[in-house]
Amino acid sequence: MDTLPEGGFDMAMKRYSAFAVARHAMSYHLGWERAWGSPAPKKKYDAIIIGAGGHGLASAYYLGKNYGITNVAIIEKGWLGGGNTGRNTTIIRSNYLQDPSAAIYEKARSLYETMSQDLNYNVMFSPRGLLMLGQTEHEVRGYKRTVYANNLQGVATEWISPQRVKELVPIINIEGPRYPVLGALYQARGGTARHDAVAWGYARACSAMGMDVIQQCEVTGVRTEGGKVVGIDTSKGAIDCDKLGMVVAGHSSVLAEMAGFRLPIESLALQALVSEPIKPCMDVVVMANTVHGYMSQSDKGEMVIGGGTDGFNNYTQRGSFHHIEETVRALVETFPMISRLKMLRQWGGIVDMTGDRSPLISKTPVSGIFVNCGWGTGGFKSIPGSGWAMAELMARGHSPLAEEFSMYRFREGKFIDESVAAGVAH
Amino acid sequence: MLTLECPYCGVKAEETELQAGGEAHLKRFGPGSSDDEFEGYLFLRKNPKGVHFERWRHAYGCGKWFLAARCTATLEVFGTYSAQTKEPPADLQAKIKAKRPDWEGYK
Repeated sequence: MDTLPEGGFDMAMKRYSAFAVARHAMSYHLGWERAWGSPAPKKKYDAIIIGAGGHGLASAYYLGKNYGITNVAIIEKGWLGGGNTGRNTTIIRSNYLQDPSAAIYEKARSLYETMSQDLNYNVMFSPRGLLMLGQTEHEVRGYKRTVYANNLQGVATEWISPQRVKELVPIINIEGPRYPVLGALYQARGGTARHDAVAWGYARACSAMGMDVIQQCEVTGVRTEGGKVVGIDTSKGAIDCDKLGMVVAGHSSVLAEMAGFRLPIESLALQALVSEPIKPCMDVVVMANTVHGYMSQSDKGEMVIGGGTDGFNNYTQRGSFHHIEETVRALVETFPMISRLKMLRQWGGIVDMTGDRSPLISKTPVSGIFVNCGWGTGGFKSIPGSGWAMAELMARGHSPLAEEFSMYRFREGKFIDESVAAGVAH
Repeated sequence: MLTLECPYCGVKAEETELQAGGEAHLKRFGPGSSDDEFEGYLFLRKNPKGVHFERWRHAYGCGKWFLAARCTATLEVFGTYSAQTKEPPADLQAKIKAKRPDWEGYK
């Protein structure tokens, strides 16, 4: 314990386990300690990550775990995991079309498989199976192409018949008049995880490595000298750094503006909603992209529903009502039994959309500044892979996983077109 | 719900009647332009949190493209104007400046 850096936590002493639960039961569970520290910022860090959401925390975690860089601060304007990490529909899959996407999303999915053990934090990864319904002839063709591509990429997906869909999802109506189910792209090891736990688990692990997670600290400026980053200004004072990672999703353009460059990104509102809890009725994730809706059932019994994005630039974290109506209308046709369900909550998040629906993990025009953004509507599933690649890029200057996701690919015309696989209507 | 007044037909249209068209007043570049110019025009966007000038189409109305000034942080609409302009009208800019003293101005 003596050798721990200031603000650090000794994970070995506070390892979570069944034994720890039993031991703490002896003292009426009053002995549990904070999972991560709340330090004041130091004067200087080797690396600063802006954004303590899943992607930012994962980037910091792999900087420490894979490259031994632990003099790191993760700066958060609001609270930990309070942005899109806490606002998504928790779906995990890797059935993308293009090779660079399949590589990074499958890396992420495979890291989710062991994340609870790796972080000693139960993220409740549930590879329950995921279906993307084919409801038009064009969609069927598109998804079959994706299945063939996935098989070549080593991503286990298959095309299944409407009857098989009905067996997996008894509550579905496969003979809808407008959009019959013609089959589905099925990824058996896709599923969901507890989104908050992913952020909390990474934060705890980062804190244990001696990193500073600094919440309620807004970045107000980025300082550069001779084209190189030297530090940031924040609401808690100036902090110096050698390397800076911007991992702020919907606010990426705002930070880029502070650093003096532009990104190929627009910020849009994406909405989701949950129903009242009901008895278990669907143990897979179903995405119906033609009708812009996707649904899964949470462990609490709520039906978790995601919708489409608004078409206009928006930073308000609330979306347009008619999108909810369209989403629910379409899902009621596909799942008639949900028509009587009451919806409990609805919320929005600001997604950072690129032109080709693929992310940016990239160097920038300012030396020492790296961006990890543009995950758009599909960020949660990619958190571990994104952090893995971002850490490699920041530590070594290049990363095979991130190579194709440079922000300069638009200039070069090397798009990674995932407008089909991204799933959500834009 | 977002409501914009179409400057051509005068209808106060709500957003299901409209189609968003992204950032306005982009300078177009043609053959012979540099990679920088093409990249900027085609892909890079200001995407501000605050005052935004943008294109809209009155899709289920008169069908015409027009421009709007809107705050992306509050959804407040400052005004709409004709698409046949190179930059936002001076009176609209003055109105925005009065409402948003911190606004650094057009461009």
